[in-house]
Amino acid sequence: MNIFDRMMSLDRRWVFLFVALVCVITYLIPFSIKINITPEVKSIYDHVESLKAGDYILLAIDYDPNALAELHPMTYAIAEQAFRKELKVIFVTLSQNGPGMADQAIRDISDSLRLEKTYNGITYPARQLINGKDYVFLGYKPYPALVILGMGQNFRLPFPSDYYGTPLDSIPMMKGVLNYDQIKCVIDFAAGNVADMWISYGQGRYNFPLALGMTGVMGADYYPYLNSGQVFGLMGGLLGAAQYESLADNPGPAIDGMRIQLYAHIVIILFILMGNIGFLVTRRKKQV
Amino acid sequence: MKRQIPLLLVLVFGIFMIFQYFVPHESSEWIYEFFLDWIYIIGIFALALGIWSLIRVSYDKIKYKKPNWQYAVITLAGLFAMILFGFDYGRHFFSAEGLSNYMFRAFFDYILIPIQATMFSLLAFFIASAAYRAFRARSLLATLLLVSALVVMLRFNPYFGPIGPYLEQTASWLLNVPNLAAKRAIIIGIGLGMVATALKVILGIERAYLGKD
Repeated sequence: MNIFDRMMSLDRRWVFLFVALVCVITYLIPFSIKINITPEVKSIYDHVESLKAGDYILLAIDYDPNALAELHPMTYAIAEQAFRKELKVIFVTLSQNGPGMADQAIRDISDSLRLEKTYNGITYPARQLINGKDYVFLGYKPYPALVILGMGQNFRLPFPSDYYGTPLDSIPMMKGVLNYDQIKCVIDFAAGNVADMWISYGQGRYNFPLALGMTGVMGADYYPYLNSGQVFGLMGGLLGAAQYESLADNPGPAIDGMRIQLYAHIVIILFILMGNIGFLVTRRKKQV
Repeated sequence: MKRQIPLLLVLVFGIFMIFQYFVPHESSEWIYEFFLDWIYIIGIFALALGIWSLIRVSYDKIKYKKPNWQYAVITLAGLFAMILFGFDYGRHFFSAEGLSNYMFRAFFDYILIPIQATMFSLLAFFIASAAYRAFRARSLLATLLLVSALVVMLRFNPYFGPIGPYLEQTASWLLNVPNLAAKRAIIIGIGLGMVATALKVILGIERAYLGKD
């Protein structure tokens, strides 16, 4: 077996070893990389920025812990931006393990808001988040399509009470909030086909502004909806989350993770190129 | 009769649900809400059935010491522990206070999240290995796929200097033109297929869901 044969049939454990080494080394060495912003991410940031204090937005936490690395940073960045702007946030989840994700995000964001912080040159005072006044967490219900349709008629249909058991009618923030008509935008963080349901049954029927945050592998599938105007923004994977953190001037795990992802990608590309060089040279030799 | 009644039910309810979707009348909404409740009730039974099935399968594994029976013990322990914590050790059966139970949250935050996140992160290694072996320039189409993948992966690489913006533009074109055209065709195809299948079910042409009897 010559060197070119070896280049195209390397034991996969070498690939695992190099990817692992690069991930560990880049994690340990502190450095930063430039994050370029795409229009589809910026449009979400601009939309949230354009809202006034007291406006309502709905954040759908439709992912499980397996997509946490990519989607949690998006949730954190957008929710913190919304709370700093004093928007009213309605959380809902249509994913089985979503309640735990949303609950964790709310707790962490509440902690972060207790500190005075400066984003994009504006200093926001510390504040205490109050459940029922600043946000409502509706919880989880199965059958996403039905829940999305039900909320279009009345939030109280699928969710007579919130996650903590308080009837929606006795929550101050929900007074006068009947359905999507009172919501300025819905942002769905999805790691599955729930995003399709938000587009078909939610935006398609009730015509509210919808933006999507999704895992990297799903991103390309949703460009048709962006192009048709059915969604006004799209964040794909860690890159999308890093762009949002960059726009919000709130560096977090996504920007931190991008340097690791960048070098892991470079290693994968080098392996692909190496395999192809071996393949092309071997094929040429056979033809000769 | 055994088949006619279910077929008639599907026909009536199928047509009603289509009708209901386009008629936002109060009575139509009331009936829709009524059906919605029924779907949740059926779902709860399915959940109970699932839990019962899990307990039975796990119990049999432990009882007859089947291969890897030890995992069944952990499955059952996890199931009952989460139920116990979720109900706050039986103190809150009918309210949601158990969801704030310290152990319930700790099990989720420190066991479930790391387990699922670890499983998913392992994908990076398998994708790297699969990409190395599968992305070969064997033909023109395979080469196009390979080049497109490389461009999209490298689009935001800050080390390309003046080539960077061109890579970004090319990646954007790939996503917004060829990808979009292919995806639209697939989406429209799936949509038409779904309408055709739904009509076949409603009109009783497609009866596979009824079973063989």
